[in-house]
Amino acid sequence: MKARDLTDLALRNLREAMLRNALTTLGVAVGVASLVAMLSLGVGLQQLASKRLSQSGLFDTIFVTPKNSFRGMGRPQSRDAEPDKPPRPLDEEARQQLAKLPNVIEVYPQIRFFTEVRFNSKPYSTVVAGMPDSSRNSGAFDGMQGNFFSSASADEAILQIEFAKDLSDKPSSLLGQDLVLRYAERQTNPAPGSDPAFTGGFSVVPKELKLKIIGIVETEPAAGYGGYGNARLLIPLQTATTLRAAQVNDLRDIVRGDTSDKLTYASLSVRAKSPSQVEALESSIKSMGFNAFSLLDASKSLRTFFSVFDLLLGIFGSLALAVATLGIINTLVMAILERRREIGVLKALGAADSDVQQLFFVEAGVMGFLGGIFGVTFGWLLGRAITFGTNVYLKRQNLNPIDLSSVPWWLVILALVFAVLVSLGAGLYPASRAAKLNPVDALRYE
Amino acid sequence: MADTLPAIQLDHISRHYHMGETSVRAVDDVSLSVARGEFLALLGSSGSGKSTLLNLMAGLDRPTSGSILADGSNLAALSSLDLARFRRNAVGMIFQSFNLLPRMTLEENIELPLRLAEVDRAERAGRVREALERVRLTHRLGHRPAELSGGEQQRVAIARALVNRPRILLADEPTGNLDSATGEAVLTLLREVQAQLSMTIVMVTHERPLAERFADRLATMGDGKLIGLSPVSQAATQ
Repeated sequence: MKARDLTDLALRNLREAMLRNALTTLGVAVGVASLVAMLSLGVGLQQLASKRLSQSGLFDTIFVTPKNSFRGMGRPQSRDAEPDKPPRPLDEEARQQLAKLPNVIEVYPQIRFFTEVRFNSKPYSTVVAGMPDSSRNSGAFDGMQGNFFSSASADEAILQIEFAKDLSDKPSSLLGQDLVLRYAERQTNPAPGSDPAFTGGFSVVPKELKLKIIGIVETEPAAGYGGYGNARLLIPLQTATTLRAAQVNDLRDIVRGDTSDKLTYASLSVRAKSPSQVEALESSIKSMGFNAFSLLDASKSLRTFFSVFDLLLGIFGSLALAVATLGIINTLVMAILERRREIGVLKALGAADSDVQQLFFVEAGVMGFLGGIFGVTFGWLLGRAITFGTNVYLKRQNLNPIDLSSVPWWLVILALVFAVLVSLGAGLYPASRAAKLNPVDALRYE
Repeated sequence: MADTLPAIQLDHISRHYHMGETSVRAVDDVSLSVARGEFLALLGSSGSGKSTLLNLMAGLDRPTSGSILADGSNLAALSSLDLARFRRNAVGMIFQSFNLLPRMTLEENIELPLRLAEVDRAERAGRVREALERVRLTHRLGHRPAELSGGEQQRVAIARALVNRPRILLADEPTGNLDSATGEAVLTLLREVQAQLSMTIVMVTHERPLAERFADRLATMGDGKLIGLSPVSQAATQ
């Protein structure tokens, strides 16, 4: 029988036992809805976590340090460090070379330093970080109060919300106000004279800079790797560079006797075009004689975690669909009993076993497909309802709304294909049983 | 030469069933030849094996032994798919209980064999109308079987059996559910169709007078065996 005729007959048969078939289809729909809702939550959570992490800029960034860089208290020297050979300095030349590597978007220094902020004549200690202009588009500043820096060298500051709360009970009132940044500027000493004890070096001079507060951000754009914990006061990178604020590598340099005025960086951040290029870039940088570190491994672990999480959600979601398959089997077996004589007539008129089998298959498939469509819709609605409920709760807690569920197109197609395949699987036994009916016995059936 | 071959040739056909440990010989060593264009009536009491024999001729059942030559093939040796093709193209069947699908209109019931034979949609409507004209029911095209009398339903069944233009029509007690006048009308129609289309008809019945009036030859079954075979004129005098 031609596919169109087969479908016509199947639809007609389904319409005849409308209530029963509608209930069976509803069973499939509930199964698919539970699967879609579960997976949409899994996908939504994964997207939320990925978005937050990518906003931090950690996964497409490689942190480059000199091979024997100061690694912090209690941490051993880099294993690659060769004590006899002077390490390659992380200077402007190195920065230019790194910038020329393939798939590199930008290279910028990690400038972070302790500071004392004076606001309304009160001192507050915190860490300042220089933010490159490119971070404007990273998404980390989405939803911020106020604005991003007006220029790359503006005397402006963006406060992290927690720091803003330290400064004022009403953080939004800080916008437009000034604060004073007190920092230690590195000033190179004149060349050594006749005193052998004096080796040159540099002086540290306290300085002040007035900054205008132009924004408050709730995320932590400068969180993570950096050596000093989270920076809570953000200024343009160029502004931070011109301050020549003393950093931890200055201390290291002076201990080593490297007191030249040549600018070196404690670390550089190399941003790759995408996280997938980080691994190759990291090994290129290492081969140039630097330490390179990225959080790609952490990202991989995260993906593994969510894969397992999605799998578990999928299994739980599929349980309802498994129950629905029993409904399909039951409905079709009932249909065989009711339509036994009809099957006999079809066979007497020339239907082959395969025609009868296909007819039942199509009926199962149609129930699966319709159940899939309704299920995806219900699942999506369920996800939206959960997101809505969560956001109502978050709002009461004075937290920002989140998009908890996500139904990407691949999930829609996957759910539909899965629903049809499961239904066809459920139709296997009834279809085969119907096909094997002896026409003589079937025609005798009353 | 082909025209001289019988429409159906049964050669030492047996059909045995096993019911527990008992073997039932529903058809026992029957040999019979049905000529092209012949109207053969199979007579016999209940359980004599006449319906089983008809099912074997229709390719709905397989013999335990023997061969059935029809439409150039030995039905006993055909695969189930080829048997389905034989039923679809070479034979039309009508039954005592009409066996129309109650959910479908007359048009859809008659169209069913055309769907199974994968006849083009464009051609189907004409073929359905032609079959309905033959049984004079064109005005009931959109009706459902339950809206028709028994005689009309059997006429629709005849139209459905004819729509694929088979060479053989097999009728299993076609008048069994009809009153005598309607039964006669149905058999008159069958005779008419046979004459118009030069079809071979094999009809199972237990109504000897009707069989004698309409059939060319009578075959009588008893206990699964063919116990009599004679032209109607002789049978009537016996």
